[in-house]
Amino acid sequence: MARPSARPSGAGRPEREYEKVAAPKKGRSASAQSRPGRALVLMLIAVVALTGGMFASGHHTPRLGIDLAGGTSITLTAVTEPGQANAINPTNMDTAVEIMERRVNGLGVSEAEVQTQGDRNIIVNVPKGTDSEQAREQVGTTAKLYFRPVVATEVSGTDASASPSAGSSAAASPSPSASADESAADEEASSSPSDAASPSASATSQGRAVTEALKADPTPSDSAATSADASASPSASASASESAGSGEADAQLQAQYAALDCTKADQRSEAGSGAKPADSTVACGQNAQGQWQKYVLGPAEVDGTDVDKAEAVFDTQSAAGWKVTMDFTSKGADKFAAITGKLAQNQTPQNQFAIVLDNEVVSDPYVNQSITGGNAEISGSFTQEEAQGLANMLSYGALPLSFKESSVTTVTAALGGEQLEAGLIAGAIGLALVVIYLLVYYRGLSLIALASLLISAALTYVIMSLLGPAIGFALNLPAVCGAIVAIGITADSFIVYFERVRDEVREGRSLRPAVERGWPRARRTILVSDFVSFLAAAVLFVVSVGKVQGFAFTLGLTTLLDVVVVFFFTKPLLTLLARTKFFGGGHKWSGLDPKRLGARPPLRRTRRPAVHVDPKEA
Amino acid sequence: MSKLGNLGARLHRGEIGYDFVAHRFLWYGVSVLITVLAIAGLGFRGLNMGIEFQGGAVFTVPKTSVSASQAETYAEEAAGHDAIVQELGSGGMRIQVSGVDTAKSDDIKQQLAQDLKVDADDINADLVGPSWGEQIANKAWQGLGIFLVLVVIYLAIAFEWRMAVAAFVALIHDITITVGIYALVGFEVTPGTVIGLLTILGYSLYDTVVVFDSLKEQTKDITKQTRWTYSEIANRSINSTLVRSVNTTVVALLPVAGLLFIGGGVLGAGMLNDISLSLFVGLAAGAYSSIFIATPLVADLKEREPQMKALKKRVLAKRAQSTDRDTADQDGTADEPYGDEPEDAAPAVVGPRHQPATRNRGRGRPSGKRR
Repeated sequence: MARPSARPSGAGRPEREYEKVAAPKKGRSASAQSRPGRALVLMLIAVVALTGGMFASGHHTPRLGIDLAGGTSITLTAVTEPGQANAINPTNMDTAVEIMERRVNGLGVSEAEVQTQGDRNIIVNVPKGTDSEQAREQVGTTAKLYFRPVVATEVSGTDASASPSAGSSAAASPSPSASADESAADEEASSSPSDAASPSASATSQGRAVTEALKADPTPSDSAATSADASASPSASASASESAGSGEADAQLQAQYAALDCTKADQRSEAGSGAKPADSTVACGQNAQGQWQKYVLGPAEVDGTDVDKAEAVFDTQSAAGWKVTMDFTSKGADKFAAITGKLAQNQTPQNQFAIVLDNEVVSDPYVNQSITGGNAEISGSFTQEEAQGLANMLSYGALPLSFKESSVTTVTAALGGEQLEAGLIAGAIGLALVVIYLLVYYRGLSLIALASLLISAALTYVIMSLLGPAIGFALNLPAVCGAIVAIGITADSFIVYFERVRDEVREGRSLRPAVERGWPRARRTILVSDFVSFLAAAVLFVVSVGKVQGFAFTLGLTTLLDVVVVFFFTKPLLTLLARTKFFGGGHKWSGLDPKRLGARPPLRRTRRPAVHVDPKEA
Repeated sequence: MSKLGNLGARLHRGEIGYDFVAHRFLWYGVSVLITVLAIAGLGFRGLNMGIEFQGGAVFTVPKTSVSASQAETYAEEAAGHDAIVQELGSGGMRIQVSGVDTAKSDDIKQQLAQDLKVDADDINADLVGPSWGEQIANKAWQGLGIFLVLVVIYLAIAFEWRMAVAAFVALIHDITITVGIYALVGFEVTPGTVIGLLTILGYSLYDTVVVFDSLKEQTKDITKQTRWTYSEIANRSINSTLVRSVNTTVVALLPVAGLLFIGGGVLGAGMLNDISLSLFVGLAAGAYSSIFIATPLVADLKEREPQMKALKKRVLAKRAQSTDRDTADQDGTADEPYGDEPEDAAPAVVGPRHQPATRNRGRGRPSGKRR
């Protein structure tokens, strides 16, 4: 395959030699050599396609990290609590991220991002212009899950015509846990019929602006349950526990409750904050219709750590759809049996208990009998997502994952801009120096190096831009550093190749065979060394935390691109250019002038013995 | 270029060259000396660990009318700890307070904003809990360990275990020197430094690997000839890749120099500066070690092989013979590859091996004439 193009170059010896070198590696080298144009076109198509993709996606610039764009970056580290070393695992971390995201974005922050890093860190990036103090408070606090009895509840907001949904939904929901167990896959299928509470599935859309909050009406009516199956918050008389909290505190609570308007985000986050588990409190939550509902809640009877695990399961038996099963710890089971026993005697809404996560009611199922046996299920018309979300929250609340602020970095937009600028200038200076050096040393050849560097830079830029929306890649300062350092690695691939070619020229080959002969050996060197470099980047990326990761990512990316560019751009381009008179003829500015390289005339031709070898081989 | 080009050509042909392998003990000595100095520096002075590793806060404030020393007083008052204030190129200041936790540093920030009469929102704050730095450092060590193991395995497979050992030694050498310089000069160690240090790993090996690649190629059929010993060929391969090594190092250092210039000159201090500083030191050490340490070490190890010992014996015997005939043949040392072996002892050999043979043929006579 190699022969056709080698042959025209004349001289018998070089050609034959080349042929031998290339022959063992037919595949790539041969095709790249015989069809350099094809590789170049391929490369061009790839570049154009990626660039087109970039413009189509609407992300013309790489997403900037906090240190370049300004904002606050908070690193939280999960703290191991005694005896719970296994609590820090990917599942729990993901749940924590989910919950933090909910909290931060609940602040009205747009584009805040929360992601895990390493095995125990969570990074929260809050863009500039948001209240970082508040964000820190929000994410820093440990999620607390409580089961509190509902004392009173009503839809917060005028558009909610309080219609008691009462027991209409009750018929559908209760299901004995015995049946649940098999599907829920808990080992200890308890025989005791514990029963299901039917909750109001938490919905997402938010109640619209209210003109006036309903004043507390003593007999609370609840969710505007138009669909019987969906919402299940009935109303009833006071629960025992609630009556305990009397007197002054009670009055205060009533006042708070009256004033509370859950449709307002700020009030919502304030509601019940700082309440101790043993106190009664007020809280907000959304019902199945997405309306905000406010609650007066009794002291926490069961807390999140009493839940052993919760799972979302699909009930195939009673066709009730998705539901959530909970297993309690033995202590929790007793407490839960006690509270449900008490609640079951009450009337709606006081036969409900509220599952309160971070002072927000995520679910308010009612009970109609004491649930003993340590497991329970919550059914209702959940979608799969809702059920899983609730199960996550229940599980999460049951975990002693608490977080500690490891680092908080606040960067003003001004400094961010300055750093970005400095990084770009440094890159430009570095690139310019490299270009000048190459130009001086390699002359004409450096144009090829320059073109390759530009292609490489363009690809890096485009891919970074695309990776922003795709995998949440954000360009931060270390990443910029990585890119700058990579200039050296990329340029070195050309140096390796050029030096090889020049060595061949020095041995008296004309340029075209020299280009082809030098390639297989340069290729191996490039691959081996790039592999080591990539290995370093990969290891760094996997084990490192914090800023190191951004650096490692860029370094790995650029190393990969380097290989791509050398194979599909530099080499074919050199092959093509070797056919031109300027390079092929060894013009003195081409950087390949045999005389300047100190090439020796190919005396070897006079040496017959060597030639004899060839026939034997062939 | 022409001069450099000629130099390259002459190095390539081995007309000129430095006998790295023969002088290896000199360079081992130099390296041992530097390493001992580095370790001593590390032992006596220790590393100047940055805020990120011991916990604390770094505030960067924009240009104010308050002087640096005054700001230091303010910061110390607010924090109750020592504060270090640096003036930045942009006119702002960088205030470091160590030993405070993240909650406390909020108060300090507010206080500073008041004292320095700047808006609190204009102050950049980097608050680091003490265990965070530990975590970063632990991860870095972990990464270092994993990387070293993987690389040694890889090199042992791709090349051979001797080269893996030599590369490993060279790598340790580079890291020790870099860390030692940090201890001696008292540069602050930050996550940026760690990044730089870890990158050196890759780079140092990158360089070593290229030299080894050429070494492997040139010694492929070494036992089939009797002209050159392993050490001599090793030396040749260093010399022939010398131009590339120098170019690579220069090209790698140039962007880093750009970073260092901008990071140090314009921003004063920070991530860019830290990364580029450790890179700069490490890259220089890496280029040095791949030439002066790694390859001679491989030669040393190789010469212990019975096969190579036998080869050396044969080579020396042959030389002794030819010295009788022709005393000057010896200074051909690096001049010719091992090609003039019995006319193609292994006819079935293809490719690269053949090339040095022919190359040599062309040269046999001229070099003969030279003397």
